[in-house]
Amino acid sequence: MTAVLRRRKVVEILLKNRRNLLVVAGLGSTAWDITAAGDSPLNFPLWGAMGNAAMFGLGLALAQPRRRVLVITGDGEMLMGLGSLATIGVQQPRNLAVVVIDNERYGETGMQASHTAAGVDLAKVAQACGFKFARQVRHRAHLAALRAAIHRPAGPLFAQVKVVAEKLPLVLPPRDGALLKSRFRKALLGDQADLD
Amino acid sequence: MKRSDNSWPATLLRTLKAAGVRQVGYVPDAGHQRLIELCLADKAIKSVLLSAEEEGIGLAAGAWLGGVRGALLMQSSGVGNCLNQLGSVRECRFPLLMLITMRGQAGEFNPWQVPMGQATPTVLEAMGVVVHEANAAEAIAPKVDAAARLAFGSYHAVAVLISQAVIGIKSFQDQASR
Repeated sequence: MTAVLRRRKVVEILLKNRRNLLVVAGLGSTAWDITAAGDSPLNFPLWGAMGNAAMFGLGLALAQPRRRVLVITGDGEMLMGLGSLATIGVQQPRNLAVVVIDNERYGETGMQASHTAAGVDLAKVAQACGFKFARQVRHRAHLAALRAAIHRPAGPLFAQVKVVAEKLPLVLPPRDGALLKSRFRKALLGDQADLD
Repeated sequence: MKRSDNSWPATLLRTLKAAGVRQVGYVPDAGHQRLIELCLADKAIKSVLLSAEEEGIGLAAGAWLGGVRGALLMQSSGVGNCLNQLGSVRECRFPLLMLITMRGQAGEFNPWQVPMGQATPTVLEAMGVVVHEANAAEAIAPKVDAAARLAFGSYHAVAVLISQAVIGIKSFQDQASR
């Protein structure tokens, strides 16, 4: 089945009127996607740490149970940290959503095919790990419902959104890790965060 | 070799809580068995079972982003799994407190544990982690207290290596002969 969704539009829709949503993005294309939708101090775009985006999200979700946490990452990044889906399944954080933007490619290294191109079904993996909601999403009509579900405390939620494999202009967030950390904490925790 | 003092895990948990640690990631480990049990029984601690040690680096970093202090329990063989993830800790200046039970030291029976155990302090230091060694049970809590102050006070990654002399030596030969 050929993908029809375009990744930048998907992320724009998911982050529209994001309110207090805390967002972690996996390295590479998904970090550019969330930045294209509008840079925010409550974005934590990773520039490394491949395979661990979902765990950053889990640590944050457990620390901030009253806030919604959204991890947006790529298929290759998620495949490198499949064990984290089992770890999240054990914890059952109601406020955590993991959305994989799945172009079935390693976009930053030459668009080589990933395991999902060969049919590996990440949504079924997440479902088997105990995610309350785990779906593949292929159609624009389902994105509004996905966005609404991300804002409900009924997780953990997982979505594997199939998108067109395309190379897009880079939209880069700041890349100084200490800056990204400090601005996130200050925006979330207030000025006191700098003194903790 | 006998365990020199069985009370250190309880003292250690009190030390962690006094340092403000509220989240503990762990991979099940014989040397940390008692401490893990105590963490799981403590309502003030969120204990998170990890499927691999590197998950705990992201967990602790995410917790800090959310204003919570974490600690990470593992054995030395898990250190190798963490190395690339430690790069993000250094780049972002995340505080990180790792408590590592050692294998592959004096008296080790399993030769497959020796390479990673012997390389543990070197590779941690290569990734910018400050390494403290605790070679006696009574030294563990004070070392961890100092490590926590350095980690959370100075936004640094610190590992306390708990010597095999403290946790005892696993002997599969003994177990097989029983």
